[in-house]
Amino acid sequence: MKKVFIPLIVFLGLVVFLAIGLQRDPREIPSPLLNKPAPDFSLSTLEGDEKFSPAQMQGKVWMFNVWATWCVACREEHPVLVAFAQKHNVPIVGLSYKEIQPQDEAAKSSPEVKLQVARERSVVWLKRHGNPYVTSVMDLDGRVGIHYGVYGVPETYIIDKQGVIRYKRVGVVTPELLADKILPLINELNKS
Amino acid sequence: MKQLWVHGLRGVCVVLLTASVCFGLHAQPAASTPALREAAPMAEDPQLEARLVNISQELRCLVCQNESLASSHAELADDLRREVRDLIRQGKTDQEIKDFLVARYGDFVLYRPEVKPLTWVLWFGPFVLLLVAAVFLGVYLRQRRQQLVPAVLSDEERARAQQWLKG
Repeated sequence: MKKVFIPLIVFLGLVVFLAIGLQRDPREIPSPLLNKPAPDFSLSTLEGDEKFSPAQMQGKVWMFNVWATWCVACREEHPVLVAFAQKHNVPIVGLSYKEIQPQDEAAKSSPEVKLQVARERSVVWLKRHGNPYVTSVMDLDGRVGIHYGVYGVPETYIIDKQGVIRYKRVGVVTPELLADKILPLINELNKS
Repeated sequence: MKQLWVHGLRGVCVVLLTASVCFGLHAQPAASTPALREAAPMAEDPQLEARLVNISQELRCLVCQNESLASSHAELADDLRREVRDLIRQGKTDQEIKDFLVARYGDFVLYRPEVKPLTWVLWFGPFVLLLVAAVFLGVYLRQRRQQLVPAVLSDEERARAQQWLKG
């Protein structure tokens, strides 16, 4: 009698296994950068010629958000970030990721022209959709993105006071995610 | 096989180069022929390109996850190939280049992940499953053999069987 149930138990085990597999997002790859120091860089900002580097944020818990005006999903995420920035005292630094795409006309211009076009376009976009960023750094060739393991926009990082990456989100940040995961983490990091 | 392919490609490059010299194609300003200019890196340093192809066949494109970095047309793949090219120029070894990408994108970028405790299940899991299945099969077969009782024919049955065989 007992033996009859063995295939059933094996089958149910398989079902549970596959069900868990189906629930997971294959695009979400665990980042090896978690709990590692945020890669250093020095890039021009959206506002002016002054460079920004993560070292300037030492002693603060901050959010690093990868965005671009061509990124469709960013439009969904953006109001959430704007509301968050208004409500909470957490600096959000933007990483303007490859604003000039290869198919853009400006792609063939000199780096200076590209930077200018990217800035103009970004400023207009932020005026229309609101600006949650304390500053945005211009990663035109996507090199800084590679150092941060960016493979899809938007992506969001939480970096602690010592400059260590504590959280990474690939994809849109939702109000639920902010409330349930990101804010508690920031509060905890701010205490230490 | 791969070596042969690369060799063949190099041959094609040489032929093309010779042809372009013969027909005076090189006299044209490169700026007016964007198609030619884009293909330049291949001819510039075929050895570098061969190494790039070699390395990037072992790497996964993160945007279209079932394509290798060598075959992917995704923009990120382009950028990563550029990065790998730069690292080759800097004189990095294949292992150093792979380590560079693993440090940023994780073991996932490798089509052949390193054998370490975290990937043991991946590497040895199938063999363990096979072993378990073999053990089960062995136990089952042995049990079945024990349960089998040799059928003995009675005299009457034997006679009937012989009759059938004759008929």
